[in-house]
Amino acid sequence: MKIYLPLDSAAVALGADEIAESLMFQAKARGVNLTLVRNGSHGMVWLEPMAEIVTDAGRMAFGPLTLSDVPALFGDLASHPKALGKTEDLPWLKAQTRLTFARVGVIDPLSLDDYKAHGGLAGLTLALGMDKAGIVAEVTNSGLRGRGGAGFPTGIKWKTVSEAVADRKYIVCNADEGDSATFADRMLMEGDPFTLIEGMIIAGLATGATKGFVYIRSEYPIAIEVMQKAVKIATDAGVLGASVLGSANAFNIEIRVGAGAYVCGEETSLLNSLEGKRGVVRAKPPLPALQGFMAKPTVVNNVISLASVPVIFEKGAAFYKDFGLGRSRGTIPLQIAGNVKHGGLFEIAFGLTLGEIVDKIAGGSASGRPVKAVQVGGPLGAYFPRALFDTPFGYEEFAGKDGLIGHAGLTVFDDSADMLKQARFAMEFCAIESCGKCTPCRIGAVRGVETVDRIAKGDASAIPLLTDLCNTMKSGSLCALGGFTPYPVMSALTHFPDDFAPMKEAAE
Amino acid sequence: MLDSADITTRVEEILNTHKGMEGSLLPILHAIQAEFGYVPQAALPIIAQDLSLSKAEVHGVMSFYHDFREHPAGKHVLKLCRAESCQSMGADRVAAHAQKALGIEWHETTKDGNVTLEPIFCLGLCACGPAAIVDGKLVGRVDEARIDAIIGGLK
Repeated sequence: MKIYLPLDSAAVALGADEIAESLMFQAKARGVNLTLVRNGSHGMVWLEPMAEIVTDAGRMAFGPLTLSDVPALFGDLASHPKALGKTEDLPWLKAQTRLTFARVGVIDPLSLDDYKAHGGLAGLTLALGMDKAGIVAEVTNSGLRGRGGAGFPTGIKWKTVSEAVADRKYIVCNADEGDSATFADRMLMEGDPFTLIEGMIIAGLATGATKGFVYIRSEYPIAIEVMQKAVKIATDAGVLGASVLGSANAFNIEIRVGAGAYVCGEETSLLNSLEGKRGVVRAKPPLPALQGFMAKPTVVNNVISLASVPVIFEKGAAFYKDFGLGRSRGTIPLQIAGNVKHGGLFEIAFGLTLGEIVDKIAGGSASGRPVKAVQVGGPLGAYFPRALFDTPFGYEEFAGKDGLIGHAGLTVFDDSADMLKQARFAMEFCAIESCGKCTPCRIGAVRGVETVDRIAKGDASAIPLLTDLCNTMKSGSLCALGGFTPYPVMSALTHFPDDFAPMKEAAE
Repeated sequence: MLDSADITTRVEEILNTHKGMEGSLLPILHAIQAEFGYVPQAALPIIAQDLSLSKAEVHGVMSFYHDFREHPAGKHVLKLCRAESCQSMGADRVAAHAQKALGIEWHETTKDGNVTLEPIFCLGLCACGPAAIVDGKLVGRVDEARIDAIIGGLK
C-alpha cells in the first residue's frame, strides 16, 4: 500500500505529522506493508491534511483528515467520509495551468529518480548543449519577469551578469519570502526542491557563475531542511559539484538562513546579510548584477523566477510566452490567503480578473460575510475594493490602478475589516522592519503611525498630512519598504474614506 | 549557568567549523544561539577577533536581526503571526487572548520563566491562519480555545 501525505508546512500546521504517525501505527497493527511518501502539497490548503492512496484507478484523495478518519483509510475507500475522488479530477487542480508547480504534490520531493521521471533535468540537459548567449536569449524570449515582485526581465539581468568580466560570479536565490499572503517559494522548496536547483545551475551556465546561495528565511524550518537535503542528494548524484552532469561546468549551492529581518527580502539588503553584515539597503548603482555579493557580478532572483527556468528550457521559450497577457508572460502562482473559503496556491496564466480569483476560485470569504477588500502583493501592496475587481492580473494592469501584483499573494478581508487600522498597521510594520538607512522610511513610518492615530481621534486636518507624508516616503525612500508602504496606506484612504471619517469614532 | 571559560571553548569550536566560509557571521550567530539558546555577550569579542571585525560591528549585526537573543528566552517560546492574512482571520483577537492568558505583553516572559511570547511576521501559513509556532512546531487555524490548549500544554 502506498500513501502520499504532504510534508508541506501548511499540512503539518494542520496536523499532517500526527496523521502520518497514526497511518504507520494503523498499518503496523493491521500487518499492512505501507509505503508513506511525504510529498509537497497540491495547494488546496482547506483540504489539508490531504492524503492520497495509490490505487489501480489512480491516486485517490482524502481530506481534510483528522485522526479519527485514519482507520477507515484501510477499509472500503469509496465509502470513506472524506473521500474526494481522484486527485487529478479535483476541479481546483483541473482549472490550473501548472508549469512551475507541475511536480509539486505529485512527486517525492527528495527522490531524484522521481524528479527525472517527471521531466526533471531535461531543461538542464538542453542548456548544457547551448552557449551562454543562447541560454540568455532563451530566457529573454520567454518573457519571464522577476516573480519576487519587481517584475524586472530575468533575461536582461542574466545578460548583464553574463557579459560582466570578473574572476568570480554568483547566483543568489532570494528565498526570503516575507510578504504576508505569500507561500509559493516555500511550497516550491518543500515540494520540488530540485527544480530550484536546476534553475540555479542553468543561471550559472548562462552567466559563468559557479557558486550559488539560497537565502531562506528562518521562519521556514521545513523548507530549509528539505533544501539542505536536496542539495546534498544533488551533490552526491553529480548534478551539483565540479562536473555538472559529467560536463566541464562546475556549480555548487550553499543554503543560508536569514534571521527574521523582513527588509532582507530586498536584494541589496539580502546581499549585505549574506556577507555577514547588518541587512541594510545599499544605494543603487552599482547594480548587484555588476557589484553584488562580495562586490562581484551577481544574479539575484526570486525562487519562482529560477524555478520557472527549467520548464522554459524543457518546453521552449515560445511555449511559455504563449501564456499570459500584455507584457506579463507565462504563468503566475497565485497565493490566495486570508479570509477565504478556498485558500491555497493556484497557478494560472496571467490575465484572470481579481473578481474571478476572489469570487470564483477562492469562493468568497471563509466567514460568509461580504468581501470588503483584497490586499494584493503583500504588506507593501494596495488594498483593492470590489469596484476594482475587474482589474486583470498582470504587472502593468495592477500598476495602472495604483497597485502592484508583487509576489502574487492576495489577502482577502471581509466587511469586519477596519481599513484605518490596516493603514496604521502598514506604517507600524514599516517602522518595525525599517533598516534605518534612509530618513523617509525610518522616521516617516513612525510619524505615519502617529498621523493615522490623529485621524482616528477625529482630526481631519491630519488626512492631507498623511497624503503628503506618503508622497515623501514614496519618492524619497531608498527601497521598496519605505517606498511602497504608501500603497496600502493610500489605497485604504482612497477607496475606503468612510473608515477615516472624523465622525467614525463618535458614531461608535 | 555557563561560566565564561565554557562559552569561550564552545564559541571557538563553532568558529573553527565555519573557517573559510564566505560571509560567515550569520551562520556563526545561528550556531551560537542554537548552542546556548541566546548569544552571550562574552561570545562577541571572540567572534570579532576571529573575523577581524570590531566588537561593535559584531554587536551591530547581532542586534539588527530579530532572531538573535541577548538573553535566554523562557522555557517555551510561543510566536504568534501578526501579519495581514492572519489579521483577516482574527489574529489580533487571538493575540490579545494569549497576552491576557499569560499575563504578559509581546517580547515578555512569564514570571515563572515558562513562556516567552513573541510576534512573528508571517510563517507562510497564510491560507490557514491565524498561525503560530510553538517551540518550533507549526500550528494553523489558532483560535482562543487552541491558545488555551497550547498554553495548558506548556509545562
